[in-house]
Amino acid sequence: MKITGAQALIRSLEMEHVETIFGLPGGCILPAYDPLLDSSIRHILVRHEQGAGHMAEGYAHVTGRPGVALVTSGPAATNMVTPLMDAYMDSIPMVCITGQVPTAAIGTDAFQECDTVGITRSCTKHNELVMSAQDIPMAVRQAFHIATTGRPGPTLIDIPKDCLTNTMDWYWPTDEEVIESLPGYRPNTKGHPRMIKEAAKLIMASERPILYVGGGVLKARAAEAVRELAELTNIHVVTTLMARGAFPDDHPLCLGMPGMHGNATAITVMQKSDLLINLGARFDDRITGKVSAFAPEAKIIHVDIDPAEQGKVRKPDVPIVGDAKQVIEEIIKAIKEMLGTGVVQADTGAWRSRISGWREQFPLSYEPSEPGEALKPQFCLEQLRDLSPEGTILVSGVGQHQMWSSQYWKFNEPYTWVNSGGLGTMGFSVPAAIGAKVGRPDRTVWAIDGDGCFQMTAQELVTAAVERIPIKVAILNNSYLGMVRQWQEMFYDERYSEVYLSPEVPNFVMWAEAMGCVGIRVDSPEEVQPAIDKANSIDDRPVVIDFRVDAREKVFPMVPAGFGNDDMLLPEWQEANRGGLK
Amino acid sequence: MSHDINHHILSVLVQNRPGVLARVAGLFARRGFNIFSLAVAPAEDEGFSRITIVVDVESTSLEQIVKQLFKLIEVVKISELDPRRSVERELLLATVRTTGDQRAQIVELTNIFEGKILAVGVEAITVSLDGHPEKLDDFEELLAGYGIVELQRTGRVALPKLDREARLRAVSSKSNQGKAG
Repeated sequence: MKITGAQALIRSLEMEHVETIFGLPGGCILPAYDPLLDSSIRHILVRHEQGAGHMAEGYAHVTGRPGVALVTSGPAATNMVTPLMDAYMDSIPMVCITGQVPTAAIGTDAFQECDTVGITRSCTKHNELVMSAQDIPMAVRQAFHIATTGRPGPTLIDIPKDCLTNTMDWYWPTDEEVIESLPGYRPNTKGHPRMIKEAAKLIMASERPILYVGGGVLKARAAEAVRELAELTNIHVVTTLMARGAFPDDHPLCLGMPGMHGNATAITVMQKSDLLINLGARFDDRITGKVSAFAPEAKIIHVDIDPAEQGKVRKPDVPIVGDAKQVIEEIIKAIKEMLGTGVVQADTGAWRSRISGWREQFPLSYEPSEPGEALKPQFCLEQLRDLSPEGTILVSGVGQHQMWSSQYWKFNEPYTWVNSGGLGTMGFSVPAAIGAKVGRPDRTVWAIDGDGCFQMTAQELVTAAVERIPIKVAILNNSYLGMVRQWQEMFYDERYSEVYLSPEVPNFVMWAEAMGCVGIRVDSPEEVQPAIDKANSIDDRPVVIDFRVDAREKVFPMVPAGFGNDDMLLPEWQEANRGGLK
Repeated sequence: MSHDINHHILSVLVQNRPGVLARVAGLFARRGFNIFSLAVAPAEDEGFSRITIVVDVESTSLEQIVKQLFKLIEVVKISELDPRRSVERELLLATVRTTGDQRAQIVELTNIFEGKILAVGVEAITVSLDGHPEKLDDFEELLAGYGIVELQRTGRVALPKLDREARLRAVSSKSNQGKAG
C-alpha cells in the first residue's frame, strides 16, 4: 500500500505504542503534522523545543517508556541539544524526530538548515539522517530499539521534508530484521557466571560491605531485587542522586545519598568499606571526590550494562557486564546456594554498630529559623514532604534546591524522583514535571525549583495551563543563583560576582497568573502549610508557590571539589564531633 | 617513530554508512584520545569498511578506547593488532627538490628501497614507496637531506599475520568454497 513518508512516520510511532508526543511544528516537519491530526497519539504543543525534550525525559523517567519529541529543522534541532545531552548523561530513553531541509537542499545553507546529525552526534546514543521515505519505518524501529535496550539513551531521526511528502510502500520490519540491520549492536544482559560466583564469595566474606546503588538499578527495574539482596545479606544501602527511591528511604538499611552533598554517614561508609557492591552506578566525580582518596580499602564489585564503565574510573575486582536485575537475581541465587552448603557470612556486626553510631551523631540537620526570621528552604521541603500525598513525584531543577530535595524528601518508591544528574541542566524541572505528570496523571507532581532555574523555562507553564496538566511548582526563591553564591561565599572570600537576582522582578505570582496558573507567595513559616494545602487541593490548573527563603542558607555536608571525601565539611554544630567519623 | 611503545594498532570493522568516520573521529576528539594515523577503505564484505587506527595510548588506556569505540552502533568488530603478529603497510609519496647531479642520487636511493619514480621535473622529482612504516621512516629521513617539497603518507593499514596453521586453513576453506560453487 502506498502512503506518504509522513503517514509512515506517524503509523510507525503508533506501532511503537507511542501515546504522547511533545513537540512544536515548523517548516520542514510540517508534513508530519497533517497525519498527526488523524492519529490517536496525543500531541502536546510546547512553547520552546527545549521544553519538549525535557518533557520527553520526565515522561520517560516515571514511565520507563521512551519519551518522544517532534520538532522541525535548524533552530528547533539546536534547541534540542540540551535535552538530548541531558538524556544521554542520565541514560534516559528518548526518541527525537527532527525535520530537515529537502534532500536536494542539504549542504546549500538553505533556510533553517543545520547539520543536525553532526551537531547531535556526541549527545545521542545514535542518530540517523533518513534519505528516503521507504527507510522511515526501519529508522523508527532502530531508534526505539537502540534507545530502550542496553544502556538506555536518546536517539534522533533526522527526516528531510521530501522524504515526508514522497510515497513509500508501507511495511513494518520484524524484530529479526531490526537486529540484523544492526550487526554492531548486541548489548549483553546476562552476567558472566564465574564473575557472579566471585561476587557472591566476596559479599559473603566482607566484614564492611556496602551496596552502592545507582540509576542503572531503576533503568533495569531492579529495585525489588536490590531489596531482596540487601535483606538477605543485611547490608546497608546508599542510593546515588540518580537512584533516590530505588531503595526505600524508610528502610532500616537505607543510608540515603552519598557524594558531594550526601549525608555524612553515606559518605563515610563508602570511605571505610572493605567492599563496595556497585549496582548500576558509575563512580561519578560527585560521588568519589578525589578518586585517589576514594574508598581506599574497598574491593569493588561493579555491575553495569555498559562495558565501558568497567574500569573507567575505578578498577573493579569483579566486573560484571549485564542487566542489573538479572545479575542481582543471579548473585542472590549464588549466595543462597553458598548458604545452603553451610557457608557462613562474615560477621558484619561491628560494622553495623559503627554505622548506627554515625547515623545517630551525624544526621542531616539545619538551624530552624526563630520567629520573625527568614524562612528556611529545608523547612519548606519538610512541610511539602509531610503535607503531600503518598507517591508524590518530585522533580527538581539544579542547584541548592536540588540537593535539599534529595536530602530532605523521603523517597520510598522507585520512579518518584526526577532530576538532571549528570548534565546539571538548570531549567529542567518545570518541563520535566509536565512530562512526568503526563506519564503519571494519577500522581501529584511537585516541581522544586530555584528562582534562577525557574526563569530559564517557566514559559512551559503556559503549555501546562493550556493542556490542563496540573503540576505544582515550589520556587525556593532566595534571589540568588544559590549554589554559585555558596561557592563564592566559601571559596572566593565572599566576593559575590554576578549571582544576585532581583528580589522584586519578576513578580512570580503575577507571572504565574499571567500564564494561567494559580500564584501564591509565602514569606513566613506560618504561611507555609496553608499554601501547600491550597496547592495540593487545586487540580484543574498548575500552581506556583513563591517561597521567599533565606539566602544565607548553605547545603551541608559538602565535599569541596577536588578534595577527598574524608575532607567533607560538616555543619558548624557537628564539626566538633568530627572525630566520631572514624 | 612508527614503533613508539605507546602506539597500538586497531583494526575496526564498521558498517559502511554515511558519517561513520565522523563518529569515530568525533569519539576520539571528545574523549581526548589521540589518533596517530588513520586509514579507511571498503572491506571484503559489501556494506562494511575497515578502519585502521594507530592510537597513542600514553594518556588513556587502550581498554577504554576499545570499549568506547565499541559503543558506536556501527562498529561491528575491533581487533587489536600486535605489531609483532601483524603485517603492516603504508604508502609514501614525496616530491624532492633536485638539481642535475643530485637527481641520480635520488633515483639510486629510490631504487635501493624498491620505490618508484612517478614524475620528473626540471627542479624536482616525485617518488613513491610502499612498505613497512619503518622502512618509510628510513626513506623519508634520507630524502630529507635533499629537501622535501611535499610529502604525503597514507597512514598504515594492517592485518593479522597468518600463522602456518591459519594459512593452511585459509587455503582449505577457499577450496571448499570452490567445490560448493
